[in-house]
Amino acid sequence: MTVAVAPSLSELRERVNQMQGRPAAQPVATHPAFEGLLQLQTGSSYSVDSASLAMALMAGPSADGAWCGVVGMPELGLEAAAAAGVELRRTILVPDPGEAWLEVTAALIDVLGVVMLSAPSVPTAKDVSRIGARLRQRGSVLIAHGDWPRSEARVAMRDVEWVGMGRGHGHLQARQVTVEVQRGTAPARTGRLWFPDAGQVIRRVEVTPSVEVPTRLRSVS
Amino acid sequence: MTRTMVLWAPDWPIVAVDVPASTPAAVLDKGQVLACSQAARAEGVRRGMRRRDAQSRCPGLVLHDHNADAEARAFEAVLTAIEELSPGVAPLRPGLCAISVPARFYGGEAEAAAVIAERLVGLGVWDVRAGIADGLFAAEQAARRALAQDSLVVPAGGSGQFLRDLPIDALDDPDMVGLLRRMGLLTLGDFASLPAVDVHTRFGTHGALLHRLARGEDAQPISRRQVPPEFEATLLLEPPLELVEPIAFSLRTTAEGFVADLAGHGLVCTTVLIEVDSDGSLATSRRWMHPRWFGATDLIDRVRWQLQVDGAIRAPVDAVRLIPEVTEPLGDHADSLFGGGPDERVERGVARVQSIVGHEAVVSVTVQGGRGPAERRLLTPWGERPVAARAAGLPWPGSLPPPAPATVYAEPRQAMVVGAEGQPIGVTGRGVVTGEPARFRAGATQDWQPVASWAGPWPVDEQWWDEAAARRIARFQVVGVDGSAFLMIVEGGVWWTEASYD
Repeated sequence: MTVAVAPSLSELRERVNQMQGRPAAQPVATHPAFEGLLQLQTGSSYSVDSASLAMALMAGPSADGAWCGVVGMPELGLEAAAAAGVELRRTILVPDPGEAWLEVTAALIDVLGVVMLSAPSVPTAKDVSRIGARLRQRGSVLIAHGDWPRSEARVAMRDVEWVGMGRGHGHLQARQVTVEVQRGTAPARTGRLWFPDAGQVIRRVEVTPSVEVPTRLRSVS
Repeated sequence: MTRTMVLWAPDWPIVAVDVPASTPAAVLDKGQVLACSQAARAEGVRRGMRRRDAQSRCPGLVLHDHNADAEARAFEAVLTAIEELSPGVAPLRPGLCAISVPARFYGGEAEAAAVIAERLVGLGVWDVRAGIADGLFAAEQAARRALAQDSLVVPAGGSGQFLRDLPIDALDDPDMVGLLRRMGLLTLGDFASLPAVDVHTRFGTHGALLHRLARGEDAQPISRRQVPPEFEATLLLEPPLELVEPIAFSLRTTAEGFVADLAGHGLVCTTVLIEVDSDGSLATSRRWMHPRWFGATDLIDRVRWQLQVDGAIRAPVDAVRLIPEVTEPLGDHADSLFGGGPDERVERGVARVQSIVGHEAVVSVTVQGGRGPAERRLLTPWGERPVAARAAGLPWPGSLPPPAPATVYAEPRQAMVVGAEGQPIGVTGRGVVTGEPARFRAGATQDWQPVASWAGPWPVDEQWWDEAAARRIARFQVVGVDGSAFLMIVEGGVWWTEASYD
């Protein structure tokens, strides 16, 4: 007797993609802190609004062995990137591509797993579709710092709260942020993250369920 | 039996540093005189003297540090010159080498020595002495007893006779010499007259070997050096070319030959010096390093980049030379089972990007030591080996604790921080903040906002011994009410935003 296994939604989607002749988007290793919020996929572009978010997104594939490229970001804090989990030995920087930023990005997409880009000007719709086609063909991921039209998801940072510093004492130790992932017109997914925590690890803020604490004193004999 | 000639250039460390003969000079090794010039010796400087003693004997003494590599390099020219006259030189140490005597060709042993001495004097080595004997040991002793630019020939079979009267110190083994001396054996002849079996019983194999040397029975052949192969490759362009692409195209065969030649000797080139001649003179010369090793395409790319630099080539190019500076055994660079180094695909892609934006515009990154976030990063053009100026592992007091800022401005932006009444805030010479920061502006174009929290100062007083690099600053961390955090510095009362924790 055979048991019919119901194919999951993602399998069905993959099958549809195969029939349409498109290479199926493969999931890419993503930083565990983004579980439930965002899963990077090959052939997609993501726009982020903060450098540390971009680094955290790049850290997942980089730690997994992918080569990464950074285009047009001469001011990226590399120490922070290394702390976030980006392997600097597998990172290639083109700090000032000048006018050729589009060609450079396209050339890097050909060979690298992840390309982080800060576009000096708003790309035209034609450029965006060319880059998109190249991304899908090569199975690469684009992380755009700033606005990027038709991105798979927009990731933003809200409600930043620093820990460890007072007025004139202490130092910056950790921060909590709300990461908001907006996909198309769907309602945004949000999650509260330590970014990073005191041990320089990016992780979810564990919400401790409020436990009923017995407050009444009992008499003891 | 083959005869051996030993050539000795006394005080080679002094010859190698090339000082005028009239100047008293000495080469020091670990604070002791290793060698001194004739002029210094006349003043009473001796080998093994301490620096202070030598200087007290001869106040005008010019001192040099011992550099074994430089000495060996200088001796290389001597070896090459001798090789041109007679093949098969065995270098013993810088200043001393042995060959088998080319007596028949030059019409006699003393004549051969004279020809070689003449050649070396022509090279600028004034004091060269030759000793000719049956064995290496006897020949060396003969050379040490010959006069300058002269030779001492010990007749065949006469080594034992020649060595008999030499002091026991001739054996180059201080422990053994001391022991033999205490036993009352003051000359090599005394030692040689002991029965070989007894020497072996008492002193073991090493003693037996020295005993054989003392008897003049050292018959081991000299080990000749292999002439180092020539790997330099040159492309001569006739007629000279002006455009980069045709030069790169013509270079292909030469580059492939260069790589194949090295590979034939089991070597790969990791650093290459590329020299380009235009109009008969050297136009540009540059050293290139490679993260793995140079293939033919890599070499052509490097030549292309070198020629594309503005102003490098003003006249048509007539020669391109590839000179391997560092070669390493191929085996050290074999691909490991799970791959090592950047894979080929990435390297090719990066080479394409380099052809778009230029070689220097593509960089690889490393973290190095330093106090400020900008000092801590090290950018190296892709393909060159990073050379850290400061060690990252040291504590760097005054540097800020993690987390590191996510954005480090290339140029600090002028900021303003004021107190509650709008008065400017600064830091006194003793590192005390003059007031409580209340409002700040992180850049000239940004809005003012109230300070939510702040910390500092982290004072840094760097390189006060160097006027040009000296810096006296204090670092602050400032967080605004909207959660944006900045790393600021105060230098001379002016606030700058150095980095942002965005």
